[in-house]
Amino acid sequence: MEMCADPSTLEGFNWWICYLTTGKQQMFYASFGTVLALLALTAPVVLVLGFAGAMARRSRFLPLNWLGAIYTNAVRGIPDIIFFLFVPIAMDQGIEYLRHKIKCPDVTEPIRQGNDFVVCAAAKMPLGTSPQWVHEVYGFTLALVAFAIVFGAFAANTLYGAMKAVPRAQLETAEAYGMTPRQVFWRIEVPQMWVYALPGLSNLWMILIKATPLLFLLGVEDIVYWAKELGGAKTSRFDYPHPDWRVYYFGVLLIFYLLMTWGSEKVFTRISRRLSHGQATLGGAADAQVTA
Amino acid sequence: MSMTCIETIQSYGLRSLGIGERLLPKTDITLCDQFVLIGSGLIWNIYFAVFALAVGFWIATLVALGKASPNPLLSAPAKAFIFVFRGSPLFIQFFLAYEIFVLIPKVGIDINLGFTTITAETRWLTKAWLGATIVLILNTSAYTGEIFYGALRSVPKGDMEAADAFGMSGFRKFRRIIWPSMLRLAWPSYTNEAIFMFHATALVFFSGFPAWRQSGDALYYASYFADKTFNPFVSYPIIAAYFVLCTLAIITLFGWANRRLNRHIPVAEKAKFRFKPQFIR
Amino acid sequence: MKKLVIAAAFAAFAAGAASAETVRMGTEGAYPPYNFINDNGEVDGFERELGDRLCEIAELDCTWVTNDWDSIIPNLVSGNYDTIIAGMSITDERDQVIDFTQEYFPPDPSVYVALAGAGDDVMNGVVAAQTATIQASYVASSGATVVEYATFDDTIAAVRSGEADAVLADRAALADVVAESGGELVFVGDDIAIGGGVGIGVRESDTELKARLNAAIDQMKADGSLSALIAKWFDGKVVNY
Repeated sequence: MEMCADPSTLEGFNWWICYLTTGKQQMFYASFGTVLALLALTAPVVLVLGFAGAMARRSRFLPLNWLGAIYTNAVRGIPDIIFFLFVPIAMDQGIEYLRHKIKCPDVTEPIRQGNDFVVCAAAKMPLGTSPQWVHEVYGFTLALVAFAIVFGAFAANTLYGAMKAVPRAQLETAEAYGMTPRQVFWRIEVPQMWVYALPGLSNLWMILIKATPLLFLLGVEDIVYWAKELGGAKTSRFDYPHPDWRVYYFGVLLIFYLLMTWGSEKVFTRISRRLSHGQATLGGAADAQVTA
Repeated sequence: MSMTCIETIQSYGLRSLGIGERLLPKTDITLCDQFVLIGSGLIWNIYFAVFALAVGFWIATLVALGKASPNPLLSAPAKAFIFVFRGSPLFIQFFLAYEIFVLIPKVGIDINLGFTTITAETRWLTKAWLGATIVLILNTSAYTGEIFYGALRSVPKGDMEAADAFGMSGFRKFRRIIWPSMLRLAWPSYTNEAIFMFHATALVFFSGFPAWRQSGDALYYASYFADKTFNPFVSYPIIAAYFVLCTLAIITLFGWANRRLNRHIPVAEKAKFRFKPQFIR
Repeated sequence: MKKLVIAAAFAAFAAGAASAETVRMGTEGAYPPYNFINDNGEVDGFERELGDRLCEIAELDCTWVTNDWDSIIPNLVSGNYDTIIAGMSITDERDQVIDFTQEYFPPDPSVYVALAGAGDDVMNGVVAAQTATIQASYVASSGATVVEYATFDDTIAAVRSGEADAVLADRAALADVVAESGGELVFVGDDIAIGGGVGIGVRESDTELKARLNAAIDQMKADGSLSALIAKWFDGKVVNY
């Protein structure tokens, strides 16, 4: 804006208008999008991983069964923050190690040289020549995977329980109709289980929302990063000097999260009412009485 | 320069409390160093969890009763309290609490210079041992309060009628009948809450509260080593193993309490503990 | 960028047109006037201007990334960026892990800052320092109680709130804060020489990059442009390079 050309002359309302529209401030606003994007992208991955984990735990093939059990129990026995610190670094080094072995088989020097982790240029992830946005997307993807691994284990547990909660009678009826076990699983058990999984999944979604500030620890420039950066005291070397305002910025974050969880709860109440329509559960029966 | 592992335990076993060797190992970091210091930091995690759970348990009972109260003057604040602390990330709560605790003396409580003790106390709020414990207490009170509230609503009618038949009323009825039933019903969920409260203690020195004299919790030392050795594949698995062991200990301890709470109940109806993330933060 | 030689070979295969290699410059973005994020959200400060100029001379194509201070060395080592240009003093401890170019800023003394009227005793009391800085280890091995904070801002806030008695940091960074505090904060005691000069950190395996940056710094020292740049950002500080 034109009036913001010389911030030192601004006062009162105009100062605020200009301050709240600086490039840096806009990056803060945009970072809310980063958080929402993480949520939107993680949720489906979590569901897929959770489904796979639940299938593994149901599997009669023992190693797969054990794998499912170890995965879900290990993740739940360890604080999520440790996974968030460990998984991205381990994944990054793992990927580069594999790429190095495939792309540069002739390089004889060891990868770990003292403290350096040295792979050939072609094996770097992303390539050193890639533009900045590729690096940011890559970092964001690693964060997403870390989130998915942790929350996938919780989802696996919820879905596993939900599958077991589908009434036996329904499955037996399906078998009596001559369905194969495969058909029973996909046509009866899976569609029916969602109603039982919903409370657990909605709870999981709430947890996921509340875990997003940890993105900051993974080096993603999220709302916590910008709140700290913008809120810190600014000397007159900056265009808009101000004292330490971090408490206000974090107040904004608090309100954002309260709104997110409050809104989500409303939505889930609605979905649950929809889903339990005509179901052989207490909620469904009550619903039927009201509509009948 | 290199120490035996016994010497390491002597120098660093209580380092997280400020006892022993002043300087942390910087070069030639051994596996033993990592095990000992991370284990030493675990003292803090256990301290935070024990205090938060012990105090939070009682506040949670009050919060649950408040929320269940027909009087809106009691239920509205209880609901608001639960909403704020369950609806926002603990990470943000730590940040904000620390910023507010830091501001407190500036706002002017220490103007009354006559009360020197009070001035000193507000200073303590900015330290993890008090400030972070308060945040954890409030946080677990909200989560546990919601669990207890749910349990309170499902106390069997028969129990209440039996109490009435015995002529019990008021506090006696609560103390002898409602409260034990509530605890019994809430215990499986409360066990989960205890586990996740313990896990949440790892956030203390990561969000807001600074480490004094390089005395921190297990994660503080684990990330110290990861930064010094540039190798995440040693210190993080070590701290993970410690946490898994502690989680198993909590499950055992709470399982024992669960058996006591349920000892009068017929086997078929006993509430079983299921490891579920029902009330994680 | 792990190995410039190999990188160059592959670049020849790949594009051919790309004459300059991409070098990712890692900085903290929270240590004015060395480096900070300006109101447009870009990396700014003495090191931004210096780094861009060095890249121009060395014919490197540079991009800027920020990283938290306490993990800035590990992330260089694991290749998230190729240089550290973040007011980092050259020390033996760091030199064992990474390599440094020659200094581009002379050893800057460290100094204590405390609330006005606090007296000289503060040095032996509770002293705030940024985690993993030379000042933090200095305080840890002096008799005082060190409190570590993640950012420079946090250390200042701790002194203001009375949580710490004093802060120990580079004089250049503190000068800004003291000058603008309106007498609230003052320097305490004499300057302390802790680290060496400030240099650009590179991986030990990146010898070629180090050589090219060294040559560029040589050139800027010789033509006086480095001294001019320092004078511009550090209130007329005179350096004889």
